[in-house]
Amino acid sequence: MKLVFSYLARYKWRMSVGLFIKALGTVAELFLPMIMAYMIDEIAPAQDLALLIVWGAVMLVCALVALFGNVIANRMASRVARDTTERLRRDLFVKTLALSARQSDEFTVPSLVSRLSSDTYNVHNMIGMMQRLGVRAPILVIGGVALTFVVEPVLALVLLAVVPFLTVVVIVVSMRGIVLYTDLQRAVDGMVRKVRDDYTGIRVIKALSRTDYESRSFAAINDRVVHCETKAGVTMGITNPVLNLLLNLGMTAVILVGAYRVASDNALVGEIIAFTSYFTIILNAVIMVSRIFVNYSKGGASAKRIAQVLNAPEDLLPVREAGLTPRTGEMIRFEGVSFGYGLGVPVVKDISFSVRRGESLGVIGATGSGKSTLVSLMLRFYEAEAGKVFIDGRDVRSYEDAELRGKFGVVLQNDFLMAASVRENIDFERSLADGAIRTAAACARADGFIDALEEGYESELTARGANFSGGQKQRLLIARALAGRPDILILDDSSSALDYKTDAQLRSAILENFPETTIVMIAQRISSVRFADKILVLDGGRIVGFGSDKELMKTCEVYRNIYRSQHGEEEAEHEDE
Amino acid sequence: MKTNDLARKKGSRRAVLWRLMKYFFRYKFAVAAVFALMISSNLLALLGPMLSGQAINAIDLETGVDFDAVYRYCALMAIFYVASSVLSYLLSVLMIRLSQKIIRKMRQDVFDKLLTLPVGYFDRLQAGDIINRVSYDIDTVNASLSNDILQVLTGFITVVGAFAAMVWISPILLGVVILTVPVSVWVTIKRSRSVRPLFRKRSAKLAELNGFSEEMLSGLKTIKAYGREEMISHKFSDKNTDAVDAFYDADYYGSLIGPAVNFVNNFGMVLISTVGSVLYLYGRLLIGDINSFLLYSRRFSGPINELANIMGEVQSALAAAERVFGVLDASPEREDVPDAKVLTDPEGEVEFRNVRFGYLPDVTVIRDLSFRASSGQTVAIVGPTGAGKTTLVNLLMRFYDPQGGNILIDGTDVREYTRQSLRAAFSMVLQDTWLFEGTIFENIAYGKEGATEEEVRAAARAAHIADYIESLPEGYSAPVTDGGVNLSKGQKQLMTIARAMLSPAHLLILDEATSNVDTRTELLIRDAMLRLMEGKTCFVIAHRLSTVQNADLILVVRNGDIVESGRHEELLAAGGFYSEIYRAQFE
Repeated sequence: MKLVFSYLARYKWRMSVGLFIKALGTVAELFLPMIMAYMIDEIAPAQDLALLIVWGAVMLVCALVALFGNVIANRMASRVARDTTERLRRDLFVKTLALSARQSDEFTVPSLVSRLSSDTYNVHNMIGMMQRLGVRAPILVIGGVALTFVVEPVLALVLLAVVPFLTVVVIVVSMRGIVLYTDLQRAVDGMVRKVRDDYTGIRVIKALSRTDYESRSFAAINDRVVHCETKAGVTMGITNPVLNLLLNLGMTAVILVGAYRVASDNALVGEIIAFTSYFTIILNAVIMVSRIFVNYSKGGASAKRIAQVLNAPEDLLPVREAGLTPRTGEMIRFEGVSFGYGLGVPVVKDISFSVRRGESLGVIGATGSGKSTLVSLMLRFYEAEAGKVFIDGRDVRSYEDAELRGKFGVVLQNDFLMAASVRENIDFERSLADGAIRTAAACARADGFIDALEEGYESELTARGANFSGGQKQRLLIARALAGRPDILILDDSSSALDYKTDAQLRSAILENFPETTIVMIAQRISSVRFADKILVLDGGRIVGFGSDKELMKTCEVYRNIYRSQHGEEEAEHEDE
Repeated sequence: MKTNDLARKKGSRRAVLWRLMKYFFRYKFAVAAVFALMISSNLLALLGPMLSGQAINAIDLETGVDFDAVYRYCALMAIFYVASSVLSYLLSVLMIRLSQKIIRKMRQDVFDKLLTLPVGYFDRLQAGDIINRVSYDIDTVNASLSNDILQVLTGFITVVGAFAAMVWISPILLGVVILTVPVSVWVTIKRSRSVRPLFRKRSAKLAELNGFSEEMLSGLKTIKAYGREEMISHKFSDKNTDAVDAFYDADYYGSLIGPAVNFVNNFGMVLISTVGSVLYLYGRLLIGDINSFLLYSRRFSGPINELANIMGEVQSALAAAERVFGVLDASPEREDVPDAKVLTDPEGEVEFRNVRFGYLPDVTVIRDLSFRASSGQTVAIVGPTGAGKTTLVNLLMRFYDPQGGNILIDGTDVREYTRQSLRAAFSMVLQDTWLFEGTIFENIAYGKEGATEEEVRAAARAAHIADYIESLPEGYSAPVTDGGVNLSKGQKQLMTIARAMLSPAHLLILDEATSNVDTRTELLIRDAMLRLMEGKTCFVIAHRLSTVQNADLILVVRNGDIVESGRHEELLAAGGFYSEIYRAQFE
């Protein structure tokens, strides 16, 4: 909540003016029943028709003030809510992009998405509603009660006796409601997860004929959602009948007590009628308050979730220390690097190697041997727990992120394509020249299928590039990496969907067109890395071989094994000769 | 032409409404009880103002206060109000239970329906779309049905009742109050005309923004790797501004409504007190009647003002219902033929006879495919990307049916078997691994109903994933989170291989089963794979030619046709396309 207030601080004048107008309009409305009582009790018996009409006009003026005051104030409130939300949401997005990889792993991407969407939406609603009703409802309740005291103090006490009950009911039910709605939200999350899972796995489910099982397990989740919703609904449903009942009983009591007061000449009949009007106003205001409570708790919970992200400490800032001695001449250098993603299990251990500018590096190793982790460390998505990583002669910690990452062109494992045109996907917001894009596409062997598309480079991809085949997607991604003519090109398992022939063509095109570029090729296939000047062989997070293909065939058992497994015994022997 | 369209649209809307009502009338007794409760609770509530007016009249007598009458009316008021509140609470509980029953049924219907739909349906629709239908759309329908039907009917009873009461109290005052009705109607019409498109725009812009942030956050690392945070933030900013502006526009008009409705009420009050006082002055009206009249006039105008809101809600509910019914109406996989056979313990002889197929009618993926695999043989399918290899799997499992030709298993067309038994005869490991939210144990055990712990462990060991699982603090009960993020691609694939190992099927499909497993691990699991393949007819799809060299039959597919077929050595000797791609891996 503190967060929301700090964002609202900038608009305190605008809000004050708005709230003042709102209060003015609301108070004008409150005078209506009082004037009515005065007309019935004082003027009508005096038989003064002209005065009746004058006071009727006064009532009309009050009603108009109420109308315009509320409309103007509501609009001002909407503007404040809009401007606040705009800033809050933009800051949240910028911050989200700035989170370190470790931080976003902790939050998880789906949770960040829902914070950006539904949580900011809830806060938007809350800010608007708090301004619109947060002032109006208390004024109506307090003002309503206060004016009844002016009209008739004794009858007002009768009315006031009901208010504590109302308050208790509203608070108890709202509090209970918050708990129940949180449960419901959790149950709904479970349902969404189930549908998402089954959507992606429909082939497997059908193949294994597990539709009955899936239907049953959905039924269980469905029952849980229904149970939670019923419980929440039945609880929240108490509010209106009980509030109505309390106020109506209060009104009955007022009439009853009023009869005695009128009989003893302490009250007038018109006053009782004014009371019934105030009752209606107060009843509506109390119902408003109960709505505010639900809205406030929903918005408050969301604000907290947003604040968690915004207040996350800045991670991985550049370090400017004398201890970061530069090393020249080498493009990539690892010195005794160890790292783990947490869980206390190191993923890479004591990694040391170096690659010179213009050289190429192949990385090969078993599933889970830490190949992709090396990439994350080079890009400083994560920071080494021990040892140092140097890029272009400087410790990665000494770089600003933009400067460091500007040297790279990267295709990550499971990389992402946007729902945008082919050109926009290759360009990736870098405003590259048309020529650069076409050259990169040609080099990535993507020009063939792009030109065959009806709209060529302007063809649209659907979300995650679902309308392109796996091989086409990989070639687009490689084109993206090449288009910026990077110093270092990293291809992390990014040609697995390509057949050998295309893969080989692509490799030779890159070598030919990017002689200055340091190439890092991570692959499962030995044929994809054999060309490299240096090949790094990883096993269980450690280096078990480093050298050229020829050297490794002689010295590295693991490398030979991989070779054999892919090419069969004969060729391996043949190669040895 | 246009009017025709409009009429059809109206007609379809009526049809949607009718279908919704059918869901309701499944619970006849509950619906009848709802009606009874609603009418009685509203009539009781309507008596209140009348009684309070009578009570006040009894106070305001020339002769002083008639206490007997006041007691009587007050007691009656208390009784009626209590009864009305109890009834209305019962009504809302009943209504919640009824609508929850309906929503539960509807959700289950949609989900069960989804499971019967052909896989092509899922290839066309996005996950978010389907999730929206099951959660958000059904919720919208429910919220509208449970609230709006009640409100419309309650409103109707209240309006008629209040009108009658006002006629009875004072036709002259009524004549004055009726003047405010056109104002209400005008506000209502104005609102629905100008605000509805604004609200529609508001949702659309917000959905666009949320879609954008979802998409961009899924590419978080790539954006960072390319240092594009600022550009992407600018784009977000633009969409954000659009979204909050649309929100504001809707609010701007929306904010008029509350005060306007209040104004109409207040204006009515001004008229009633002024004219009422004048009438009272001339002795044409009792003072308690002004009170009753005031209360009735508020009840009278309330529902009319609400009608605009309700119509908007009903519109969106009908649109949501249409989307829900869209799923329910989608054509399911074609029914099994009437006398379909159950395929049990197949020999495993598979034949393709002149099979022709395309996902779209005019784009042929497979032109004319014929081959035969004898029982226990291994058939490898190789060829360049996009040549239709995965399509063969879709046809074998009957995810799709061919447009021409036949596929036979044990000499019988696959279309003559029940789909369930046909699919049960296969086990498969696909290129896209699928793990669901649950424990590792549950994910492996999914391959066989009622798999024991020993079986799961044995399968994991055979797939060489047991060591990894046992190294986890929670072992087999470790959770697999969203899409299996905490497992590497290769580990996921090993899990699905373990799953397939549990299955007792006689036919096996391996679609790039080991593409994400490094070759050394692949070598390690080769034994297990060979055991898995033993005695089964296997279809192996692979890029890596090393994995298919021992196949009994290699089919080289190119542009939907088999261009070569034979054993590895024969194909190499022939020096055709196969030997060309084989050589490419050594270049």
